[in-house]
Amino acid sequence: MGKFTPGKSKKLPAISTASLPDIIFMLLIFFMVTTTIREASVFLKVTTPTATEVQKLEKKGLVSYVYVGPPMNAKLGTESRIQLNDRFATVADISDFVIAEREARDEVDRQLITTSLKVDKATKMGIVTDIKQELRQIGAFKINYSAKKEGKQR
Amino acid sequence: MARKSRPRPDINASSTADIAFLLLCFFLLASNMDSDSGIFRRLPPPIDPTVTPPEIKERNIFTILVNKNDRLLVEGREGNINTLKDEAKEFLSNPGDLPNLPEKKMEFIPALGDFAISKGVISLKNDRGTSYEAYIKVQNELTKAINELRDELAKERFGIAFANLKDTAYINAVQKAVPVAISEAEPENIGGGQ
Repeated sequence: MGKFTPGKSKKLPAISTASLPDIIFMLLIFFMVTTTIREASVFLKVTTPTATEVQKLEKKGLVSYVYVGPPMNAKLGTESRIQLNDRFATVADISDFVIAEREARDEVDRQLITTSLKVDKATKMGIVTDIKQELRQIGAFKINYSAKKEGKQR
Repeated sequence: MARKSRPRPDINASSTADIAFLLLCFFLLASNMDSDSGIFRRLPPPIDPTVTPPEIKERNIFTILVNKNDRLLVEGREGNINTLKDEAKEFLSNPGDLPNLPEKKMEFIPALGDFAISKGVISLKNDRGTSYEAYIKVQNELTKAINELRDELAKERFGIAFANLKDTAYINAVQKAVPVAISEAEPENIGGGQ
């Protein structure tokens, strides 16, 4: 008779939140594993072109990045600029940059450094050619034209 | 005198979730999902002015010009990006041994035996005013041509696609048999674009 008496409501037991951190940690570990840390904040609007024959860039530690594109801040103009590390640069700064990148690596790895050119797709080739000439002069022959994998709708 | 052990209070663990959330937020902001990928190329060493470049026969060169309006000139005629891959493939492989397509040189390659390596070189020239997007498109088509040739060779000899080859000896052999023969001319300012 007293089985379903509504008057005497029992106190609900508190839901244990002890497993909540575990769930969040799992998410955290997922993100840590799948992502790469951004090394420099980019001041340029860089939309890399798409291509079908792209290869993944292995050994992130042996990659130095050269960004080319129009500045985010429109006050700085719309012409494509070069960014090395955290600041704007000119073509002449590239050799110093490559030397600094080499110094930062172990001697055995120096020949394996790849220069990744992250160039905005609307950029004219003139500036890219200048960069390539500069890289040739300094001996950084391994380059990578950064491009996104094209969707499979083709 | 034995002390009566007090019941230890539970440590409140609900804030660990907050700490983990903070860490999660940090990683979400500091990282980018898209893995880096791109087209690999090897730049040629700077030219030595004392050495005269070797003469290359006309039949061994496949010229591609990209002008400042991103239009193509392939072997002296107006080219189309959609047919470029097939033209490059035909040029590099020369399946019918035609006299106007490149010569081949017999060479011994480990794991492949004697193989006729094409002497053909694709000469790519662009203007300073060419857009980067068009340039990458052309590079992509040429890479595709080479990849397909490598794939065909790997399938014929080893039975699997080039990308799935595991043995480095086989990979090196195929790479040697079908080299990335793309030469980029010294820059020139033809179209006057900057």
